[in-house]
Formats: sequence, structure tokens, C-alpha cells
Amino acid sequence: MSDILNDETKKVLTTPLVNDNPITLQVLGICSALAVTSQMSTSLIMALALTSVTACSSAAISSIRNHIPSSIRIIVQMTIIASLVIVVDQILKAFAYEISKQLSVFVGLIITNCIVMGRAEAYAMKNPPLESFMDGIGNGLGYSLILIVVAFFRETLGSGKLLGIEVFKLTKDGGWYDPNGLMLLPPSAFFIIGLIIWSVRQWKPKQVEQAEFKIMSIAHGEGGHH
Amino acid sequence: MEAYISLFVKAVFIENLALSFFLGMCTFIAVSKKISTAMGLGIAVMVVQTITVPANNLIYHTLLKEDALSWMGITGVDLSFLALLSCIGMIAALVQILEMILDKFFPALYHALGVFLPLITVNCAILGGSLFMIERDYNFGESVTYGVGSGLGWALAITVMAGVREKLKYSDIPAGLQGLGITFITAGLMSLGFMAFSGIQL
Repeated sequence: MSDILNDETKKVLTTPLVNDNPITLQVLGICSALAVTSQMSTSLIMALALTSVTACSSAAISSIRNHIPSSIRIIVQMTIIASLVIVVDQILKAFAYEISKQLSVFVGLIITNCIVMGRAEAYAMKNPPLESFMDGIGNGLGYSLILIVVAFFRETLGSGKLLGIEVFKLTKDGGWYDPNGLMLLPPSAFFIIGLIIWSVRQWKPKQVEQAEFKIMSIAHGEGGHH
Repeated sequence: MEAYISLFVKAVFIENLALSFFLGMCTFIAVSKKISTAMGLGIAVMVVQTITVPANNLIYHTLLKEDALSWMGITGVDLSFLALLSCIGMIAALVQILEMILDKFFPALYHALGVFLPLITVNCAILGGSLFMIERDYNFGESVTYGVGSGLGWALAITVMAGVREKLKYSDIPAGLQGLGITFITAGLMSLGFMAFSGIQL
């Protein structure tokens, strides 16, 4: 095991989790991250689907990277990704029909998820298959982490449940918790991701973006030129 | 006719692709720093959406749907699992053709939109629009309405967002929220605003 997980592999697996997270830092693949997170179960399935598609497509693209003419590489990558997504979609329809109905078009939208394309373009085209596979898993996990955190807040606060199991007893069942309906609506996903980004950047100040304009206080005694 | 107007209003405001289905978020966040570029991208998305949704509708109904091949005398064939592949292929091809047509006949428009057209192929709003059309089983007329409406809604959302962000750069934001963080929170507030439309029935 230790010779498989050498330094390079460990690096590509762990940096996308916090230091180079695809969602909070690279701003990739947010569409689905927001849309499926009102429940934990859908988010877990989505995370699994995206991680496997990213890993497999990176490995596949990387193994034929020396044979793809660069002028048509996008369409080649797209075809590989679309075929993998069709496989995932069919598997979900066969074994988890209820969840695939809830995810509706968002499984199909993995095709245009920028994480998959981004990793294919940025990493798999330049590196051997095994590392690309690991890089795909790492980025998939970084995405999954954010999805799970967002879904955790949205489901517990919004319906008092986690994975369908009651956590807070709701007032309508004689308990104490009054569910926050906003958490189940689209805007809350934006707020939670914004707050996650804020907290990650407080923790890792290197990721903070520079302001375009700085507000400066005018020194006493010489302020104003009226 | 009323059904079409209702569908149009629903596609533009109530089921806004960007703010209630989060589609095309990557470009929505990345390209909304200036009103002029945001508007350019918005118009490009609208044009492409108006063409691709009905085109995919035709393909789906004449080739892919269950028993759709019966006009060729073939029955019992269900190719609907190929919808994903055919949609994305159709979008990529149409964007390419549109780019060539604009380059040949409308060079001014081509230079204005040129940079954004390749970006649009991987914009989830475009693919999402086509997939919603398939899932909700729209007919051709409805698909045209939905294509125009959803494209317009997306363009509207990104232009408004760019307007807010242009003003936002002068405000004093905590260091960690600078840039991406505050953009998300603004988008959330806008999404709340758009939810005010949700009770409208025509």
C-alpha cells in the first residue's frame, strides 16, 4: 500500500480538499453543488457519481492523451465524459430509481460540470493514467466535501432530519424545533457556500483575494480639498 | 396562446435557470464583473438557447424517443438513453456553425460575441435547458417558447448581477469575504428577490 501512495499521489489526493478546493477556490462545478444539496441522500449519490466520472474520464483521457489531435481534443473529451455519464445515469436508473428521479437533470449535467472538463484539460492531458485517476478522485472528494457540508446544514436546519432520520423533533410532532423553511429553498445554498468560503479563507489567509479598491481613511489635519 | 405566455413568464422569472436551478453558475460568477461583457454573454446564451432547445426537441421527437422511429417502419426501439450524447453533440455543432455564420455575415457581432461562443458549449444552462425540455416533454411550440424564455432569464440574471458587482467593488468588505464569498451572498439575495415572482399564475 505504501508504495502505491507515494508522495505525488498523496499530494494530488489531498491538496484539492482544502488548499486547492475545486469549488471554493477554483470556482468550478458549482451548478450542481447548489442544486442537489437540499437533502443529504441526493448529495451523497451526486458526490459519488461525480467522483467516479471524474476519476474514470481522467484515466481514460490520459491513456490516449498522446493520440488526441489538439484541435479536436475538446470534442473527444466531451464524448468520453458523455459516455461515462450515460453509464452512471443508467446505473442510477436501474438501482436507485427514486433518487435518480430527484436528481432529475443534474446527473446529465455532470457532462458540463467544469470540474470534469477542467481536470481533463489541466491534468489528464499532461500526466500518466494512474496519477490522473488519483487526481480525479482527489478533486471529486474536494467537491464531495463541500456538497456534504452544505447538505448537512440544509437538511438538518431545514427539515430537522439527516438522511431521513429525525435529529431535531419538529414542533408539528410535539417537539421543540421549528424548521427553517428558507434552508430548503435555493437562496440558502448561495448563503451557505458564501459563508463556507469566508470561513475557509479566515483559516487559510493565503486564499484571500485582493480588493480592487481600498478604502483609505484621510489623515487628520490635511483631509479634504474643498 | 395563454399557455405559451404563462410558460414564457415561468421560464424567465419563476424558474430562472441561474437563480433557482443554479445552472451556468461557473460562467455566471466568472464573467459578471462588468455589465458590458455580462450583457454580451447573456445575449450569446439567449441566441444559442433559442436555437438549441427547439433543435434538440426535433431530434428527440423524431429519432430518440420510444417508438419515435416508427416513421421509418422500425418499432419497439427506445434510444432515449442517447439523449445526453446527442444533446451535447448538437450544442457543440450548433455553436460551431453559429460561430462560422457570424464570422462570415455579421463580423461586428462576431467580434462582440466571439470570445464567449466557445464558452457556451460547456455552459450548463444550455444543456440544462435541453434536458428540462426532454424531461417535461414539451412539444415543438413549447420548446421554442421555453428556449427564448430561459435564455432571456439567464441573460437578465447575469446582467443584474454584473450591475450589483460593479457597485460592490467600492464597498468595504471583510478580507475573507472579498471576491468570491460576497458574490455568492449577493447571488443568494438576488435569488430571494426572484422568489417574489413565485406566486404568479397566468
